[in-house]
Amino acid sequence: MKSHPVINRTVPKPSRGRTILRQAIDYRYLHLMVLPGLLFFLIFKYVPMYGIIIAFKNYKGAAGGFEAIMSAPWIGFKNFETFFNSLYCQRVFTNTIYLSLLRLVFSFPAPILLALLINEIRSNWFKRSVQTITYMPYFLSWVVVAGLLNTMLSPDNGAINTLIKMSGGQPIYFLTSKQWFRPILILSEIWKNIGYGSIVYLAAITSIDQEQYEAARVDGANKLQQILHITLPALSEIIAIMLILQIGRMFDDNFDQIYNLYSPSVYEVSDVFETYVYRNGIQQSKFSYSAAVGLVKSVLALAMIMFSNKASKKLGAQGLF
Amino acid sequence: MRGTTTRGERIFYTVNNIFMVLLCAVMLYPVLFVVGRSVTPEIERALHPLRLIPSTFDWSGYSFILSSGSNIVNSYVTTILRTLIGTTLNIIITTLLAYPLSKPYYPLRKPLTALIVFTMWFSGGLIPSFLLNKSLGLLNNFWVYIFPSLVNAFNLIVIRNFFYQIPDSLEESAKLDGANDLRVFFSIYLPLSTAAVATITLFYAVYHWNMWFDSMLYMNKKEMWTMQYTLRQLIDSATVTDITVVGSSMDFIPPAETVRMATIVIATVPILCVYPFLQKYFVKGMLVGSVKG
Repeated sequence: MKSHPVINRTVPKPSRGRTILRQAIDYRYLHLMVLPGLLFFLIFKYVPMYGIIIAFKNYKGAAGGFEAIMSAPWIGFKNFETFFNSLYCQRVFTNTIYLSLLRLVFSFPAPILLALLINEIRSNWFKRSVQTITYMPYFLSWVVVAGLLNTMLSPDNGAINTLIKMSGGQPIYFLTSKQWFRPILILSEIWKNIGYGSIVYLAAITSIDQEQYEAARVDGANKLQQILHITLPALSEIIAIMLILQIGRMFDDNFDQIYNLYSPSVYEVSDVFETYVYRNGIQQSKFSYSAAVGLVKSVLALAMIMFSNKASKKLGAQGLF
Repeated sequence: MRGTTTRGERIFYTVNNIFMVLLCAVMLYPVLFVVGRSVTPEIERALHPLRLIPSTFDWSGYSFILSSGSNIVNSYVTTILRTLIGTTLNIIITTLLAYPLSKPYYPLRKPLTALIVFTMWFSGGLIPSFLLNKSLGLLNNFWVYIFPSLVNAFNLIVIRNFFYQIPDSLEESAKLDGANDLRVFFSIYLPLSTAAVATITLFYAVYHWNMWFDSMLYMNKKEMWTMQYTLRQLIDSATVTDITVVGSSMDFIPPAETVRMATIVIATVPILCVYPFLQKYFVKGMLVGSVKG
């Protein structure tokens, strides 16, 4: 314990009420600093949590606001039953899990690979340029990326389809094709996040002892062997942590991405919890029903995060936060 | 050790460099393509779809979106205001909150941290938040862009972890000289934390600049849409007039595609100009924030 004037003050055992009062006075500046932020979390994070009870009610006040939740009649789990019995339930679950698995298989390893390759660039300015350029798309909004994709993939005169037509093929309607839409989601996500995602791994790589590589070279190990037997094992811990985090985010829907790219013709392969909640709740004002669907998602997401946090603690990382 | 590179290694480095150049091209091409198209006359766009630099420049897209009566100017002003006011308040409230949470002797540190971290794991979701903001009178109100996103828990953790690293002795000696906590915070902690504050400033500013969803949810008046939402509407609809023009009609309206491309460019350029200079900060910030030190 550090010596702090407040702590060191000797107080002759006061009553509990007095201690609280005394603390309130002693720490008044710290309390004051906390106050605005605390109010924010209570109002904008915890009041909506209380509002979740709308999922168990029949909220009809399309013109009303939050207070109308209180007066709405309770209907138990009826909204949940409606969702679980609907066709959309299966569609939303399948898409969420399928897209998460695709992300895990393709989007997750991409930044690791990039970090390994950036690390092998020998010219310093080139290395820095590659880093700066690959970080760039991370800072674009999905609205802008959707604009870029529309332009690149347009069937009329988009760059990709022009190339396809020049080589004698038929133009592909990438963004409205059920077959192409998921690959487009994954590829665009990799394009946007690969550089930024590589930061963590690059930092881990720079802490590897360079003598190991020298020793390996003396023993005749080639580049690939060095990467496989020195770099990757040194990264295994951070990769495990990031993997577990990624699994914990399994039910995070990438709403921004999907909403800006999808259209009714690809709902079947891309509709996920958040897009479904948005269309039903905000666009059709089915507040109680879509809050119930949202709650199903939030609970599943919470369970995954708690599981992943436990797992990362087991691995020896102190857990996040 | 350049002299000792083997032939295999030289091939590896060359192939790797070529691959990296290609990767950079893939990253840059779509952006350059859109920039080029924003100044390409419509006929040339149709005739030479792959050309990056047009033979004649057509600035009508830019002159249209910057002319008076253009709603894009309104959106731009809204976005700039939101980014300036929003980020400033974000930084003030986040750093104020982070300071007590970094002090082991602060009695509320543990319960408050738990309360805040829990919001990263679980949320009320879209519908209750929407109804709450409606009840708070934030519909069609500029402050809906500011208040509901006042503190980001992740950014708070970044700053708190940075405050942890500042030696306690500085605080102790200042306190012996009679400084109170606010003084210690403003004259010791903040000046020592410029790197971390720069990091979360970038994160918050990018958030505000790129945000479109709250315009869609809460803003019926197109004059107060953010840039990104106006752009989204432009990309989505076939005609541009109803989105881009307010009040009296304009005499000349360029092709929709030209307006779209020019809008993408002006919505993107400010961020692209800023982020390279803050690179060392966000790299550091991401590392401080991602794993507890």
